[in-house]
Amino acid sequence: MLRLIWLVPALPLAGFVVLAASGGRLDRRSIAWIGAGSVGLAALAAIAVAAAFVAAPPPAGAYTQVLWHWIEAGDFSARASLYLDPLAIVMMLVVAGVGFVIHLYSVEFMRGDEGYNRYFAYMNLFVAAMLLLVLAGDLAFLFVGWEGVGLCSYLLIGFWYRDAVNGAAAQKAFIVTRTGDAAMAVGLFLLFASLGTLDIQGIALRAPGAWAPDAAPVVAATALLLAGAVGKSAQLPLQVWLPDAMAGPTPVSALIHAATMVTAGVYLIARNHVLFALAPAVQYAVAIIGALTLLGAGGAALAQHDIKRVLAWSTVSQIGYMFLALGVGAWAAAIFHFMVHAFFKALLFLAAGVVIQALGGEHDIFRMGGLRRRLPLAFWAFLVGGASLSALPLVTAGYYSKSLILDAAWASPQGGAWLWAAAWVGAALTGLYTFRVVFQVFFGAGATTDTHRVGWPIRIPLAVLMLLSVIGGFVEAPQVAGRLEAFGHFLASALPPLQPAVAPGTGFALGVAEGIASFGGIALAYAFFLRRRSIAALVARSAIAAALHRLLESGWGFDRLDDHLLVRPYLALARRLRADLADPGYDALAAAAAAAHRGLSRSQNGRVRWYAGGIVVGSILLVGAGVWL
Amino acid sequence: MAALPLEQALVLAALLFALGLAGVLVRRNVLYMLMSIEIMLNATALAFVAAGARWAQPDGQVMFVFVLALAAAEVAVGLALLLLLYRRFGTLDADALSELRG
Amino acid sequence: MEFAFYVAAAVALAATVMVVTRLDAVHALLYLVVSLLAIALVLYTLGAPFAAALEVILYAGAIVVLFVFVVMMLNLGRVALAQERRWLAPRTWIGPGLLALVLLVELLAVLGPTPPVQPGAISAQAVGAALFGRYLLGVEIASMLLLAGLVGACHLGRRTTEGT
Repeated sequence: MLRLIWLVPALPLAGFVVLAASGGRLDRRSIAWIGAGSVGLAALAAIAVAAAFVAAPPPAGAYTQVLWHWIEAGDFSARASLYLDPLAIVMMLVVAGVGFVIHLYSVEFMRGDEGYNRYFAYMNLFVAAMLLLVLAGDLAFLFVGWEGVGLCSYLLIGFWYRDAVNGAAAQKAFIVTRTGDAAMAVGLFLLFASLGTLDIQGIALRAPGAWAPDAAPVVAATALLLAGAVGKSAQLPLQVWLPDAMAGPTPVSALIHAATMVTAGVYLIARNHVLFALAPAVQYAVAIIGALTLLGAGGAALAQHDIKRVLAWSTVSQIGYMFLALGVGAWAAAIFHFMVHAFFKALLFLAAGVVIQALGGEHDIFRMGGLRRRLPLAFWAFLVGGASLSALPLVTAGYYSKSLILDAAWASPQGGAWLWAAAWVGAALTGLYTFRVVFQVFFGAGATTDTHRVGWPIRIPLAVLMLLSVIGGFVEAPQVAGRLEAFGHFLASALPPLQPAVAPGTGFALGVAEGIASFGGIALAYAFFLRRRSIAALVARSAIAAALHRLLESGWGFDRLDDHLLVRPYLALARRLRADLADPGYDALAAAAAAAHRGLSRSQNGRVRWYAGGIVVGSILLVGAGVWL
Repeated sequence: MAALPLEQALVLAALLFALGLAGVLVRRNVLYMLMSIEIMLNATALAFVAAGARWAQPDGQVMFVFVLALAAAEVAVGLALLLLLYRRFGTLDADALSELRG
Repeated sequence: MEFAFYVAAAVALAATVMVVTRLDAVHALLYLVVSLLAIALVLYTLGAPFAAALEVILYAGAIVVLFVFVVMMLNLGRVALAQERRWLAPRTWIGPGLLALVLLVELLAVLGPTPPVQPGAISAQAVGAALFGRYLLGVEIASMLLLAGLVGACHLGRRTTEGT
């Protein structure tokens, strides 16, 4: 059964090939069946493989399938191999499962779009590349998937290419992530140069023997890998592309820019946790980046008025939590939060998509309101997703994953009170910005009243994701909610558990504090945005608050910073270099040739006597040369 | 027969050649240019014969015969061309016949 | 004999100068005949009687006669004479004269002192034997050249009604 693992990435790839080769000759029903069906089959195959793995775990705790030898050059050997361990199983199930429900949602959501075929082709390619990324047993092969999802991200952000703004957003995403990818590629070269292999297990086996902790090469390699992860996962300082990436269709935002691709950086670090454990300084940097990002992005989410941008900043913030978990060594917690986040963030995006479509493409939350009755399904979906995002204690999945991270931040030797405090403030912010949207969009006075019916391809994904957003967390529970470690145990063979665990008394206190943060955020949102809007208006009128609002809305001004620091100097340099210093030399050569040509063409005057004179001069020179030389 | 210095004959040939050359360059009338070319050919033929005489070999005169054949052919074609030019353009001005201009 | 060479050479040079400078085509042709005859004499003094005979028969006889026919056909009148006079303004001589002079100086510079010509004429028989012996291929090529010249002249001289 495990041998069927190759089918998991191959099925969506086949779907892509069929759709791309059909060239738009298929009718919409066939496209939907092929596009969603291939991913659905891949999800079924993934479930079957995972079930087989759990029922009868392979001896080494992992299963490797060598597809073919990809590159053989001297000592360099890159195998195209699939590697299945508990970590890969979790990633694969989430990618294939969430991928399938989002495909199903897209069947109806994109029905009216002229690029229906192109959309499903890109989406299938994305799922194939993402599955390749999480299943690859070799970093070179992983990089193929890594770049593949980057390409699909670019293609889908710019899906509605007729609007130049979308194209610019796609290019921005591509260029910014490529910055990180270039660093990552260098990191891969460094790893190969030092260890002689890119096989992930080979690296994990050799690295502790080859390097002492904090040795220079391992620090450099992990720092470069971190740069790749930061670019892909939209962390500080490369987070600028993700809010703009919302230019793509909403299901794309749900799948690529919330649930799966942007968490690839988390996966990369977790996958190479042996290396990061050898470089504590870099690992600490991961935690710092995570903490700063979750705070900054949470603040930025607070000031957005585009519903999708709120969710985008919230994604950045939640990935910050995952980075924080990775940084403090709570690998399993990061993957747990990834899984839960994939459920509730996809749910939020899909619900937002229903709202946006119902309002005819309206993104501004301040032009919405009172949609609770008109769009009950979207309301409940958004409420459940928002509650999970805000980590509403005990009843939502988000609570279990997030409190695990907070506990780890407190208890880990690499963590500490400050990191915990940052995460705690972030948790309050999360509740605040999430329910700001909920109250603004679904409560209050409504503008229009016509109802929007949605069909089963949208209802089923929302229902499934709502269910998962609630029960998805009941596999791991912190101290305060009755210790349960099913998820951590499952991953234990792939990711080492966190040592030491939180002390029981502390754990209870932390749990209560986390509950307060969550409730506090929601309560603040209630106070400001539903009950006493006048307070919010009053605060907004003050000069400082307005300036802060502008700063937050622009995402801490990173766009302008990059523009001034990188883009403009680069353009200025390019303009300077356009008049190349070496050019005048070549221009003079060309001018000399042109002048000589003009001179010679004047001698071509058609006069026979002139030509005869030329012959004479030539013979004079020749004879002269014969005489005197 | 007294021995003649070869030099003298060659100097004569060079002088005749230079005169013919000056004629080709100076005259604008195609007819005179052809005549001047005849003079130049004649001068070279003279140089051949003089060289042959220096070695008392017939080869010089053989080349003279060839030059003569060449001159005959050249004159035949050249004069035919001249007539054609005159018929077509109504002039024998070499400078006016500048269709060869690039 | 030496005396005859120098006189003939002087006549040839003088006549050639006249050929190059005459305005009237017929005058020029007459001087050309003189020049060619003088060169025939020079050839004779150089011990090449066969070449001298060919010079008289072919150059002075055939080629110049051809020129005369053409001049007759062109029927150049007084207008042509005036035109030639205009074309032969002194300043047009400077450039070409200088070029020809330079080339002449160079040619003379090439000439070093040479041993004298060996006495005794080379008979027409010797020339004929060489022509149809060692130079047979050259004769064949010359015959083809003449054929080509004949065909070419024939073609060019056709009086066509169209296009002329």
